[in-house]
Amino acid sequence: MSATATMLACRAEVPSALDVASLALARDLKLAFRKRGEIAQPLAFFAVVTTLFPLAITPELSRLREIAPGVLWVAALLASLLALEYLFRDDARDGTLEQYALCGRSLTWLLYAKTAAHWVLTGLPLALLAPFAGVALGAPAGAFPGIVITIAIGTIALSLLGAIGAALTIGTRRGGVLLSLLTLPLAVPILIFGARATELAIRGESYAAPLELLGAFAVLGATLAPLAAAAAVRISLE
Amino acid sequence: MLPAALRAAPGANPSRLETGRGAMSELSLRGENLHVWRGERHVLRGLALEVTSGEVLQVTGANGAGKTSLLRALCGLLQLEAGRVSWGGRDVREDLPAYHASLAYLGHEPPLKADLTACENIRYWVGLRRKLRPPEIASTLESVGAPGLADRLVRTLSAGQRRRVALAGLLLLAAPLWLLDEPTTHLDAAGQQLVGRLIEQHVQAGGLAVSAVHHELAVSPERVRRLELSRG
Repeated sequence: MSATATMLACRAEVPSALDVASLALARDLKLAFRKRGEIAQPLAFFAVVTTLFPLAITPELSRLREIAPGVLWVAALLASLLALEYLFRDDARDGTLEQYALCGRSLTWLLYAKTAAHWVLTGLPLALLAPFAGVALGAPAGAFPGIVITIAIGTIALSLLGAIGAALTIGTRRGGVLLSLLTLPLAVPILIFGARATELAIRGESYAAPLELLGAFAVLGATLAPLAAAAAVRISLE
Repeated sequence: MLPAALRAAPGANPSRLETGRGAMSELSLRGENLHVWRGERHVLRGLALEVTSGEVLQVTGANGAGKTSLLRALCGLLQLEAGRVSWGGRDVREDLPAYHASLAYLGHEPPLKADLTACENIRYWVGLRRKLRPPEIASTLESVGAPGLADRLVRTLSAGQRRRVALAGLLLLAAPLWLLDEPTTHLDAAGQQLVGRLIEQHVQAGGLAVSAVHHELAVSPERVRRLELSRG
């Protein structure tokens, strides 16, 4: 068979965009489960920070309950940032990102899949861990669904936003510091609305309004962030 | 041995390419007046090159002469300051994804993950382009002298074995255009012969290759075009 025929034959068995994104997602999840230390690091950070607060401030539950939203959200934000450093670093070093850029498929989709994997490995576990941290901070059991959902949606927005910063800092020395400087100011609205939603959930009031705003940030991020990250990756690969 | 998809068939016309738009055009890669800057350095100054089906362009030059920059510019990873690259007679910028789908680029380091097995690495790498069956991966690994490596984690392989796994991935990509940066790095004498043989078979089957090398490729001289880059 000639190269011409080869190419035509290959076109016939080209995987769909969804197949390609699923493959990239599966790859990242498999790699993460083989390097469990990297998954555990942000979770351990979150658990340590949130459980140290009661020891450092006061064991009085009413006071802890007041600071619980802020503590949970600052810890979740920093834990999420900690994991963002790894989002593209290894792929940039070993040439995987180059292969993504040259595979003839949408780089945006591939980065979408990578960001989704990042959220599954950090944002989702953080959301599931948050109620336990909430117990240490005096949050009532009735607030747990609210805590989980606000942190889950907020971390989606953080992962998407962080993907842009991670893509811009590929190849830079001390990229983690630069990544924090780039991402933290942009993450402030997510922090404010997330903490507000969690506070209302702990008080037993409706947290729909700040949750919807968090959702809007997540949708905005899902629409624009992978495009911006793909552009940043292409620039960084030069 | 090459995968079936890359073996030449009698009577085939490998010098022409069916493009996505249905037009037939020459299977050739051409660079015209290529200018590339790396920071303050003007690395490529008005370089011109052409490779057609059945040929390999062997790019040589001292370290820092711009071999890697040339390859990266040809595949579109590096922005050209001026000039154009055309594939099948058409400027690659007109349809970059289609051009990328036609090429296989192998850089200095094999794009393999240390914590995945050789088979998984190939599946996740080549699987972005085409659907693969596990026997296909195993037989291709065998064909590059890496039998029995399929289920081994890449971190347990030597540099030469990793390079062979990457060569298996290159074959399975089944792309007509190969852009290879030092493909014989870390390979022993037999491995270097293997690279030469694979390139030879690829171009015989109608493909074309551009390879940056420090040592002469083991390819029939009549198939080789040479380009020497100098610094400055």
